Amino acid sequence: MAITAKNLDKNEYFYGHKACAGCGGSLAVRAALKVLGEKSAAVLPAGCMSAVGFNFPQLCFGNNAIISMFAGTASMLTGVEAGLRRRGIKDFHAVGFAGDGGTADIGIQALSGAIDRGDDIIYICYDNEAYMNTGIQKSGLTPFGARTTTTPAGKNIRGNIRPKKNMFEIAAAHDIPYAATATIGYINDFMEKVDKASRIKGTKYIHVIAPCPTGWGIPVDATVEAAREIVDCGLWYLAEYENGEFKINRDPGEFTDPAEYLKKQGRFKHLTDEDVDVIIKSRDKKWEKIRREWK
Amino acid sequence: MKRFLSGDEAFAEGIRLACPDVISAYPITPQTVVVERLSEMVEDGSLDSEFIHVESEHSALSCAIGASAAGVRTFTATSSQGLLYMAEGLPYAAGGRFPVVMMNANRATALPWNIYGDQRDSLALLDTGWIQEYAADAQEALDMAVMSYYIAEHRDVSTPFMVNLDGFVLTHTYENVDIPDRERVREFLPPYETENCFDFEHPKNIGFSAGPETNFIFKYKEHRAFERAIHVIKEAERRFGELFGRKYTGLAEEYLTEDADYVIITLGTAAGLCRTIADELRREGVKAGVLRIRYMRPFPNEEIARALKNAKAAAVLEKDISFGNAGTVYVNVAAALQWAGVSTPLYDFVGGLGGKDITHADIRNIYESMGKGAPRVTFMGIGVE
Repeated sequence: MAITAKNLDKNEYFYGHKACAGCGGSLAVRAALKVLGEKSAAVLPAGCMSAVGFNFPQLCFGNNAIISMFAGTASMLTGVEAGLRRRGIKDFHAVGFAGDGGTADIGIQALSGAIDRGDDIIYICYDNEAYMNTGIQKSGLTPFGARTTTTPAGKNIRGNIRPKKNMFEIAAAHDIPYAATATIGYINDFMEKVDKASRIKGTKYIHVIAPCPTGWGIPVDATVEAAREIVDCGLWYLAEYENGEFKINRDPGEFTDPAEYLKKQGRFKHLTDEDVDVIIKSRDKKWEKIRREWK
Repeated sequence: MKRFLSGDEAFAEGIRLACPDVISAYPITPQTVVVERLSEMVEDGSLDSEFIHVESEHSALSCAIGASAAGVRTFTATSSQGLLYMAEGLPYAAGGRFPVVMMNANRATALPWNIYGDQRDSLALLDTGWIQEYAADAQEALDMAVMSYYIAEHRDVSTPFMVNLDGFVLTHTYENVDIPDRERVREFLPPYETENCFDFEHPKNIGFSAGPETNFIFKYKEHRAFERAIHVIKEAERRFGELFGRKYTGLAEEYLTEDADYVIITLGTAAGLCRTIADELRREGVKAGVLRIRYMRPFPNEEIARALKNAKAAAVLEKDISFGNAGTVYVNVAAALQWAGVSTPLYDFVGGLGGKDITHADIRNIYESMGKGAPRVTFMGIGVE
């Protein structure tokens, strides 16, 4: 059954936290927990969501939750899952919510280990494309051209010179039972993927784009719009990996103009037309491959 | 039942008896035998544990903490570089009050690389909030594998526990070991029960942040737990003695210290050789004694002060050095004497680094030179300037 506003769990499991106005990450956590429900045990590493949700005595998770070490989201999930199973508890979800840095950089080893072991966990990477909790530093998922506080845009270097690490396909390369990309801009698609993941045995990886108004330099009411545009202009895509096959869920056919998406954001303000061309070329190359090889 | 076992094997036998629900460990010399034996026990069905093949020591401890947060008994084992790699998790487990039990095979730390035994790995992490015990033989290793759970999981303690075995000298040396009866171990060690875990009836947020107003209260509670642990250790040893007939002596083990003029204070297996030489010196008319520190945390302050009060001199023999000062054991022993107002001269002898043999002559030399006034810190048998 499709998830709609009508049948969505009315309970709140991530509520009363201190996230910034317009926070995309908190929306991803909130929506995912509404899908997974009260029988969830959530693991969150050091990062935005743990910083805003776990300030004793103001503890904001309505379900069981714990902060893990920064590099230890997946390994702690493994322990939580094994421990709860050993207690004879059934039908629970061990779910992790880690940011882009916590996933693609410091946490990638533990994540790879967990996928390799086939542990029965759901790992959700909420990707706001930089270390936002520490004040906007470059991560392995910061896109080409973005200005961060450690990739300043100056005369010599125009922001981040490297493309995003391809976490979705890295997860898939482990032959994981289920991996998906999503965005909070298409929240139903995201929630349905979480729901699907919750019904699959083994390790599940969902990579959800979750804009950060503070770090991206957009108004606080533009989060969802930005999270949609990134898909519409082709710089992100909604896809799944299942049973050894890649599947594209949404091919916009004709893309909206990436320049429009980029120029609205403070972090890309400095980009020249040539820079935008580089971004468009790289997008087209990716989509050519997607359209050729994915279902 | 008696069996001829190495320290590592004896420890694995103890873990089979304690039966943790989740074991997460990564191999490293000289700990490896422990994880191999435990894997075999899981395979042959004699140990009902979930053995998790983690990809690193950091994940080993992270996984154990997660399982403990889920409410079950956990075990991990490591050594040296591995212990340092999981170091972030040590205060984490302690601060979260997760009673994870770990075996550490004491080994030198790189650089230079060296796989042999010294105690610089665990002593460097003395302040991370773990109970630290140093076993002297394979029997004690096995017994501590069982007793550590009783102490760590006790409601008054709820603190992680590290049992240290001297690399190779203990981990790989074979001895006759008595393996307690499984049923009687069940009688000794109740199943792990805690409220410090996830609960689907009453969901919990655990492992949280605490700002300046409350943080120090949590730290004070950790400190208090160590004070209570002293009583729980005594209680565990009393019950263990009643059930299995083996007596342990709390935070320290004393040998001929009552009337001793000269006392060596040491950790782990080195105490055995010290006792042999104390006997020898006694026959020569020198009143020599030995104090083996069993627990570095909680620390035997009172036992040390009492044992050294009437001595003419005392020396710490340790496989450790805190560069720029003295060895860590020395500093702790010196503080115990200072607090008690004991003015017995105390010297520090650093030996056995990187597995260098501590010889009969080395120990005799310690006893002889402390009577004459040794330098503050002596690197034994260094042979170079």
